[in-house]
Amino acid sequence: MFPSPVHIYTDGSDAEDHVSSAFVIRHQKKRNIHHQTQLSLAANAIILAGVVCVWLQPCDLPSPQFTRDTLKGHSRPESSSRSAFLDQRDTLWMRSAGAWRDAGLYGLLDEITNSAEEVPRFLAVGSACVLALLRWASSFHGSLFPHLTLSSDEMVAEFSQMLDWSDSALRSFAWHPHTDKFAVALLDDSIRIYKSNSSATPTLKHRCQRSVCALQWKPLCGSALAVACQSCLLIWHVDPTSLSTRPSSGCAQVLSHPGHSPITSIAWSPTGSLLVSASPVDTGMMVWDVAAESAVPLQRVGGGGVTYLSWSPDGSRLLAATPSALFRVWETRMWTCERWPCLKGSCQSACWSPDGGCLLLSMQGERVIYALTFSDLTGGSKAASVVADLSETSFPGPDGDLTVGGEVCSLSWDPRGERLAVLLKGDSQAVNHPSVIAVFKTRSSPVFELLPCGFVMGEAGAEPRFMQFHPHFQHGALLTVCWSDGRISHVPFYFSSAGLLGGDSPQQALASNTADHSSNKLYTEQIS
Amino acid sequence: MFSLKQNCWFIRKVVVWSAVSSIAWSVLLLPVTAAVFVLLSRFSLFHPIQWISECTSLLTASSSIFSLVVLCGVVLITGLFNLEFYTLVPSIPCSRMALLGTVLHPRQCVHSLVYCTMGMLVMWCASVTIGGRYSTLGIPCRGSGFNNCIPVVTCLNEYHLFLLLAGAFMGYSHSFLGVVQNMYYVSFQPIQQYKYPRFKGCLPMVVKCSVIQSLYSARNFAALYLFFGYAPKTWISSTLHLQIDSSLQPLDSLTGLLEFSLLYHLTISGTFLYFTWYLTVLLFRIYVTEAYSFPVQSTFTEDAEQCLPKVLAETNTLVMKFFALQDLALLSQHSLSRRLEVFSLSQPGGHPHNWNAISRECLSLLSELTQRLVAHQDAVASNGIKPLQRDALTAPFTPDVDSPFSSPAIRRLVGQQEPLSPWFGTVQSPHIMRRGPKLWSASTGETARLKLTFTLSLNHGFSLSKMFSSNVQLPEASSQALFADSQVHIWALQGLSHLVAASFSEDQFGVVQTTLPNILSCLVVLLEAVDRHFKLPHASSKPVRAVCRMGDSTYKTLRFALRAALKTAIYKITTTFGEHLNAVNISTEHRKRLQQFLEFKE
Repeated sequence: MFPSPVHIYTDGSDAEDHVSSAFVIRHQKKRNIHHQTQLSLAANAIILAGVVCVWLQPCDLPSPQFTRDTLKGHSRPESSSRSAFLDQRDTLWMRSAGAWRDAGLYGLLDEITNSAEEVPRFLAVGSACVLALLRWASSFHGSLFPHLTLSSDEMVAEFSQMLDWSDSALRSFAWHPHTDKFAVALLDDSIRIYKSNSSATPTLKHRCQRSVCALQWKPLCGSALAVACQSCLLIWHVDPTSLSTRPSSGCAQVLSHPGHSPITSIAWSPTGSLLVSASPVDTGMMVWDVAAESAVPLQRVGGGGVTYLSWSPDGSRLLAATPSALFRVWETRMWTCERWPCLKGSCQSACWSPDGGCLLLSMQGERVIYALTFSDLTGGSKAASVVADLSETSFPGPDGDLTVGGEVCSLSWDPRGERLAVLLKGDSQAVNHPSVIAVFKTRSSPVFELLPCGFVMGEAGAEPRFMQFHPHFQHGALLTVCWSDGRISHVPFYFSSAGLLGGDSPQQALASNTADHSSNKLYTEQIS
Repeated sequence: MFSLKQNCWFIRKVVVWSAVSSIAWSVLLLPVTAAVFVLLSRFSLFHPIQWISECTSLLTASSSIFSLVVLCGVVLITGLFNLEFYTLVPSIPCSRMALLGTVLHPRQCVHSLVYCTMGMLVMWCASVTIGGRYSTLGIPCRGSGFNNCIPVVTCLNEYHLFLLLAGAFMGYSHSFLGVVQNMYYVSFQPIQQYKYPRFKGCLPMVVKCSVIQSLYSARNFAALYLFFGYAPKTWISSTLHLQIDSSLQPLDSLTGLLEFSLLYHLTISGTFLYFTWYLTVLLFRIYVTEAYSFPVQSTFTEDAEQCLPKVLAETNTLVMKFFALQDLALLSQHSLSRRLEVFSLSQPGGHPHNWNAISRECLSLLSELTQRLVAHQDAVASNGIKPLQRDALTAPFTPDVDSPFSSPAIRRLVGQQEPLSPWFGTVQSPHIMRRGPKLWSASTGETARLKLTFTLSLNHGFSLSKMFSSNVQLPEASSQALFADSQVHIWALQGLSHLVAASFSEDQFGVVQTTLPNILSCLVVLLEAVDRHFKLPHASSKPVRAVCRMGDSTYKTLRFALRAALKTAIYKITTTFGEHLNAVNISTEHRKRLQQFLEFKE
């Protein structure tokens, strides 16, 4: 049995009905009901195939739990511990030097301005003026790009794919693309690697490994793990055959570039030859040749930084989201980009279809999923279309009515392209409105389809923070979820591929409707 | 001297033309940089309007047009030097003596001389542009006369001389660092970009490099002038019969040198000088590394020489081989239609000529690398028993085939096949390395004395004193030299692995299947050789990363890139074929190794 404290309403015909009614795209209620019969039939066929293997293939994946108490976070920054000590007056020179060392030019000017009685008058007035000018300039810059006023840690928390990053015991999670092992970054800045059928869990620690924001294993490689840290990029080479539980920091390559920190997102190319890293303070993203430790910066004006990167599975395109209402899609042959300004907030999360032809996006603060299609022949869509509206809807659950729906925080598409998991933010004030993961069935040919399928909810009080599909689960799809109580659980969806089953595909597309959402369009302009 | 008359069509049609267009662009950009230089050199904070009007009048004056023509000549010569001296395989001196030999090589001396002259020319233009006290070498001054009769004589303008000498110094240090940092080595970027975005992306780096280099050069030159400035000053004044104005503060004193405006002008002019040269180098690199697409097959027999299979087999033109392999790597990843051409059969006869030629060439490249590695390991194991083929001492005075300054013409003169040259040059490197300490162990006293003489640090990170330190060999240099041309192997690996992986679904006639056992065993053998090589001392130590240099140091990490590319290539094939690999006919040990890859345990 699966070690999952999770209530799953999945792939059952009853649940199917509930879910369908919950996710009616509201203005099309009538049409949806019309499709209901076809939907259930198709679902039943899939379930029959799925139920068979549930008991035959027990899952032996480790599902560890981490609590905040067992993990000691890294010590507070030095500046905040100052209050614990008695104040001692140094000479002005000493204080200025200290201020310069601790806080740079700002600190120095501040110190001079504050000790006006000890310095010549013109110096104090001059430094006050310069300070005011600097503050005004930085606030002006900050008003253009508000994220630049955040501290490094706040920025990581803001742009991390792990929700509520600063509070969470789990900082990041990554499945290995080819084998049954995953890496977890924890609150105490260590990384643990879990393998199936193995009790050894190597722990990775490094001096530079602080505030880990993202992890990714190198494709077509058994050992390399890229870690996005606060100050640099670490590439760990963890020998899969080694029994060592504490690989030395000599196994890690440190990649850094001035002005390129904190790093909030990394993406390996699917061929494993290149690594792209992004920082919200740097308008350029770095394309690393990791073995040669050389980087090519790809700079574009606008956006104020790059927060999230996602490489399409076929390697032909790369999404780069910025902190402002703008994202770019790079083609990776000549590295030119399409610029996609959005009307509202920045891009929050995105996922590619397995063939790289379709991109699903969610925007900050919005309750819809957008889709973009790409094609080498036709050039793809000129505007993003809304494929799902996930506003609040209540429906009867096992313990009374549940309200489901809200801001789309995270999207994940299984590697076969048949299940889509959507993390919906709940309302912590309301009683029956938790954060849930809604799962959809998807199909991309002949037309893109999105059929509601079920919900995944945690134990009472546990909210999903992060999710990722297992990259090569044999019997369907396996969703791994990181919960707010520090637990990692695996939720399997057993099914046979729809392509193999055949004949059950309704010709009408249910949820891919775009007609009435013209107000929500995104516009593109081609930039060479 | 210039060997532009190449009989290879590729050099005539592609390389020379890209060099010409890069020079044209550098000349076109010259007025812009000159205008920026004028604005900066005459900058005055408190008289902005006067500053702007002065600059505009200066920019339209005839003297500045003449300066511009001179500068164009300098850029032209720089561009021609780039075309003549560029190299795709860096020369890596394996001992400090070899490095010294390269620096003192006659060809390098000529190069330095030309750069000194060009530096002086640029600095002359700069001093004319800055004007004021810098403009001429002679200035009227009052000689020592009697009573009321004061004759007006021409005195030496030390400021002008100072800038000219600084130009010569910067020219020499550019030429010197060009050897040390392999300035003429052209490396290929890991990603493809259009020329303009790439130029835009590199421009800040070039500006930063030229500013930093100029600051270092200014510091070094000021120190040099402080101690030895007296000599050129008296020499110039005596040969040109110019008097030295004793009423002015001499510049070879601390108070004379520590003047803000002098140092500012020195730095600004130096930045301008370096920027002009670096920009030419950058444009040349961008133009010459632009990918070239060869046709896979042609319907016309006269074009057959220019097709990929023929070009790959070409051994005389190293440049063309590089571009052909790059094109192979690109087509294997990005172009379905060209891949299908590779897998196609010849029309009458039905032979897979394209695939056979391509795979044969790639495999021979890889097995050649394997042999090279094995030979190196044997040499290290036997520790220099074989006689030296080329003595490290005589090297400076014989044509150095591996130096960046060896033109293809020289290589032909020496009668050496080019693709063999890195192989030829590197196989004896371990002997030099090993023999080095033995040769020089007796003369430690002498090196100590030399050390005293050469303690002057010419540049940060590099000094002649280091060159004569007790240990003569350079660590890890032999390993770097062994992999100096490994970019071709990386492309061959990428091209082969992607083609083989693509053949799984795209190869209709099964042409790849027949060569699959060969490819797999070749890769595994190479992997074993590479693994053994990384167990040697110094082979797996990472070089220090360069801070900000115009010289390309990618060659230092090529061996790591090769190892990563090799493993990725094997993984690419094993993940694509999976269990089908068990049906491939290979030896048991190789199958065991591949099984490790199938289980992701490498």
